Amino acid sequence: MNAPVNHSASSGNGTQGRATLLWLQSGGCGGCSMSLLNAELPHLFDALALAGIELLWHPSLSEESADEFMALIERIRSGAQRLDILCLEGSVMLGPEGTGRFHLLPDGRPMMELIRELAQLARHVVAVGTCAAYGGVTAAGGNVAEACGLQYDGAQPGGLLGADFRGRGGLPVVNISGCPVHPDWVLDALALLAADEMAQQRDLDELARPRAYTDHLVHHGCPRNEYYEFKASAEAFGQQGCMMENLGCLGTQARADCNIRPWNGGGSCLKGGYACINCTAPEFEEPRHAFLETPKVAGIPVGLPTDMPKAWFVALASLAKAATPERLKRNAVAESVEMPPGAAQRRRAGSEGGGR
Amino acid sequence: MNVGVRRLEIGPINRVEGDVSVQLDIAEGVVREARVKAPLFRGFELMLKGRDARDALVLTPRICGICSVAQSMAAAEALRSAMGLRMSANGRHVANLLLACENVADHLSHFYLFFMPDLARGAYAGRPWHAAMCERFKAQAGSAAADFLPVRAQWMHITGLLAGKWPHTLAIQPGGSTRPLKRPELMRLERLIVVFREFLEKVLFADSLENVGSIDSLDALLRWARAHEQADFARFVLVAEELGMAGVGGAQAAFMSFGAYPQPLPDGVVDADVSTNADDAGDAGTVPPAFLFCRGVVDAGVREKLDTSTIMEDASAAWMQANASQHPLHGDTTPLADMEQKPDAYTWCKAPRLRGRVAEVGALARQVVAGHPLALDLLRHNGGRGSVLARVVMRLLEVALILPAMQRWVRAIEPEQPFCAHGKMPAQAQGEGLVEAARGSLGHWLVVRDGKVARYQIIAPTTWNFSPRDGNGLPGALEQALVGVHVDADAPASTPMLQHIIRSFDPCMVCTVH
Repeated sequence: MNAPVNHSASSGNGTQGRATLLWLQSGGCGGCSMSLLNAELPHLFDALALAGIELLWHPSLSEESADEFMALIERIRSGAQRLDILCLEGSVMLGPEGTGRFHLLPDGRPMMELIRELAQLARHVVAVGTCAAYGGVTAAGGNVAEACGLQYDGAQPGGLLGADFRGRGGLPVVNISGCPVHPDWVLDALALLAADEMAQQRDLDELARPRAYTDHLVHHGCPRNEYYEFKASAEAFGQQGCMMENLGCLGTQARADCNIRPWNGGGSCLKGGYACINCTAPEFEEPRHAFLETPKVAGIPVGLPTDMPKAWFVALASLAKAATPERLKRNAVAESVEMPPGAAQRRRAGSEGGGR
Repeated sequence: MNVGVRRLEIGPINRVEGDVSVQLDIAEGVVREARVKAPLFRGFELMLKGRDARDALVLTPRICGICSVAQSMAAAEALRSAMGLRMSANGRHVANLLLACENVADHLSHFYLFFMPDLARGAYAGRPWHAAMCERFKAQAGSAAADFLPVRAQWMHITGLLAGKWPHTLAIQPGGSTRPLKRPELMRLERLIVVFREFLEKVLFADSLENVGSIDSLDALLRWARAHEQADFARFVLVAEELGMAGVGGAQAAFMSFGAYPQPLPDGVVDADVSTNADDAGDAGTVPPAFLFCRGVVDAGVREKLDTSTIMEDASAAWMQANASQHPLHGDTTPLADMEQKPDAYTWCKAPRLRGRVAEVGALARQVVAGHPLALDLLRHNGGRGSVLARVVMRLLEVALILPAMQRWVRAIEPEQPFCAHGKMPAQAQGEGLVEAARGSLGHWLVVRDGKVARYQIIAPTTWNFSPRDGNGLPGALEQALVGVHVDADAPASTPMLQHIIRSFDPCMVCTVH
């Protein structure tokens, strides 16, 4: 197994001792925590220790339950316990009718009040997952839950804490969006925050997400790039072609490094054979069409790459389609490679040599 | 409340998925009544209304990050049944491998991360085994977590390969899986299973899976544990026995299983031909076994067929608009805006009943229905009811039974055959998707009108186990299981056995209410 890490070691993070972290969950599925447990080399507990982070409490991982948890909250409120990093997983629940009673604490108080109070006390506030950042899936449909993010309501700044909120360390809420998050997105961001080395202008994008992963598009490193280049499209799931034209794939617009940074040892949505649904974006939960089908106008997919003139895209696409090799046309609608690269050359070579 | 009765609220209980608290009425140091409160409502059933039915594949897995594949499979099954589609054999094997991967990971996460840390609590200081439990199982700091986390993460590489990622995959579709596999990938898959098996056979069991799977009585289990004291499973068994966990935490409930790991249909056989119920399980000569662990119900020792038309949800104790019992194909889940309208309600969870009865679901129920001799013997030791020990033991025993089955499924995949069948959703349709998640029976019920979702209702495993009282005042399984527990006079909320009982169900609260 791994070499043991000294969990009590102090790191040079510029503050006294280790950075304390409190993790709360509200209107979500817990999947970001589950994804965090997929962290490898090192595993989650070692990764936190090596980042100089002391986990004060996490709903799935800590011994303290019930009264012991409430006592910890009191110590933070009273100032007896310093709070460096507050992580929220799951949406803030404002409903019904703004009362917050869709998520109650055992003492009858709405969870949203506790989140608001602790956010004022924390040096850094982190939204883990698209729910906590923007509302996410919990806000889908008519948003019966009145779910919102910590500092955004969908794409609109505001949310629970308001657009002007800054943590005591001076940063806005750090939005590690994703449904779920990749464990490294979280661990890298927490390590920077624990060391007070995250700067808004340099390290966060226009929606306060870490640029470490949103400087990329899901399209980067997509194993179906060649099919995309020649517009050789899959018509149904399980086939190998590009999924943008028919199957709802938003990888050319989605901001994340999923096809560069492996998930679960080597996967990604695209590698798993299904479309990117742009889960790091605010309001991804409401695409205004079926998730798994590309809406089209006059046969042309709407929602083309954002920073490319539409006419050029259409012109290039029709050129590419005219030039599509037979190999890609056939493989795009097959479950496995029917015509490997080189097959055409081999065939030609075979016929020139008179065959066998 | 009677004189001398003290009411206590314990929560939030952590090391469960999601939020739960319990309200206890205590008299003379004994729990007299318990009420289970699910404090979070999100409204998935409402958000699905009016959408393209396939959107359920995106949204319902996001009900739960720990049962995500199970939700995905239930949605795919509901769609598949509404479409009248047949899943490809390869797709069926891949879906089963994914569900088994998640279920096994959940069983072990429950054991190592959620349940065992309570045995290292200060309340047990002074017990001869306490120091050893602290060294091994203390939350975060114990040596077991450091052993388990890397092994678990590597185990989840199965999902990276078969489903792109975990949680929240779209790889399971109504007709199969989106990720066709090549032969070398099948070998990689088998290697991942074998490596994990080595951890189980060295660290968790210190014995072969076959030996563990064939333990057939509590006596045999205790003998086995004494002979394998270094195994994590044995450490639990011996301490649990000493703490009396074989005799606490039972509920008067029918044990129910929807049938786990459905097998591909042979050529020419349609769904309706297949023998799916427990009482037909011995008939394997004429009909193919439909499941690895069969479908059915066992009530007071009597086997019966599962009839899902007798499932009704009652909302008398829930902050929901409707009260009357409804089958999920006719049900509704609309929250009250003003909770004061229903002063006797105490939870967001509805009360599902099987022909009026409380049902207990989970690994214990699955193995009772499947007729595993150890499960049946463990019930005998608690008057026909479940127990803390029985639930934890059968969860791990199930792991020993599933791994060899996974190896068989990998070998049954034929890479040259299709992985995904395709079909269209009719404009008018209804479907039922029944799955055994780690925590028990999960059902999705779908009604499609004019091509859109007109109704989508979900009953999750913990909805059964942590059900509130129904309209007849009948308490749910956990509410019964807590009654009669002796609590510490000074600090009743800190009584460890209360926490053991609650966690023995491995509750998933985000699924419960959704």
